[in-house]
Amino acid sequence: MSSLRSPLGRALGQGSTGEGAHHWWLMRLSSVAMVPLMLWLMFSLAALAGADHATVTAWLAFPLNTTLMILAVATLFFHANMGLQVIIEDYVHHAGLKFTTLIAVKFALILLAVTGIVAILRIAFGS
Amino acid sequence: MAQFVLPIQSRVKEGMTFKAEGASSENIKRFRIYRWNPETEDNPRIDTYEVDMDNCGPMVLDALIKIKEEIDPTLAFRRSCREGICGSCAMNIDGTNTLACTKPIAEIKGDVRIYPLPHMEVVKDLIPEMTHFYAQYASIKPWLQTRTPAPPDRERLQSKEDRLKLDGLYECILCACCSTSCPSYWWNGDRYLGPATLLQAYRWIADSRDEATGERLDELDDAFKVFRCHTIMNCTRTCPKGLNPGLAIAEIKKQLVLRK
Repeated sequence: MSSLRSPLGRALGQGSTGEGAHHWWLMRLSSVAMVPLMLWLMFSLAALAGADHATVTAWLAFPLNTTLMILAVATLFFHANMGLQVIIEDYVHHAGLKFTTLIAVKFALILLAVTGIVAILRIAFGS
Repeated sequence: MAQFVLPIQSRVKEGMTFKAEGASSENIKRFRIYRWNPETEDNPRIDTYEVDMDNCGPMVLDALIKIKEEIDPTLAFRRSCREGICGSCAMNIDGTNTLACTKPIAEIKGDVRIYPLPHMEVVKDLIPEMTHFYAQYASIKPWLQTRTPAPPDRERLQSKEDRLKLDGLYECILCACCSTSCPSYWWNGDRYLGPATLLQAYRWIADSRDEATGERLDELDDAFKVFRCHTIMNCTRTCPKGLNPGLAIAEIKKQLVLRK
């Protein structure tokens, strides 16, 4: 710490990004959206317990179920992305490592989300 | 990355023990106090002082002053008002950040363990380095900002209802107990403003006479300045003045979203 910068200059840093509240609000919103979606998913899976492959695919191909399943997968990975971003920002302090991790996590979650949605669509529209 | 293990030169070792010799009674309390001297190469250590409670005031600060005056003059700590209004003697006592002057010794079972405020650089013994904390406070412009000129013949008026909104905020004495109890402030204190500064920021946002509310909220709308708060609530639990910084931060978040 040989910097001669003033303490106030250091505290002000590079200023405000103007993005904090937006990220925070989207995280609350997606978690609220997931309450009904996850309840629906849990009850549906419980009701389908022990069912054979044909029954489950027929259930998923029903339009309302297809829609809700896509929403559930999309919301889940959207929320996971925002949450993991906060955790990485909290604990990874090396700038280069932070950005690499953030980008890697984002790409991985998008890959998983799209894979899930494509799988649902294939069942819905019968590949 | 966050550090989870102390560097070798920072590990705390067992120090000296000062026995209470010729004490008039069996009423002895042991004070185990963090010591570190920047002028030596030694690791920090815990010194143990036996204090005769029949000859000591009721508060932890009374014992610290007695130790410094009668047992070991090398012990360094800050103190001033001895009545919980200056905030100088904030330290970690019995595992909780609080003011030594308002913490009764009788409330502490067993030995009294005293450390400096957590995760701050130490100047010496129980004295933490506060420069960055005060600079963060200065960064939120903790004064009334207006464009309307003050009336020439009197002060700026405020209704009783609006004045009530400052209760629970204006009492903060900036002792830093809350900020230094916050894990988010430990890990990201360089950019996260911490509960004390945020409570003060809200004190000016909530002031009906202030005309810079928008600029203040603009300045705070940042992933690090405010939103490192994950509602851990250590701040509210530890505040020696009984204030609720967690609630003040929640109000800031709420205002940032509601003005969208």
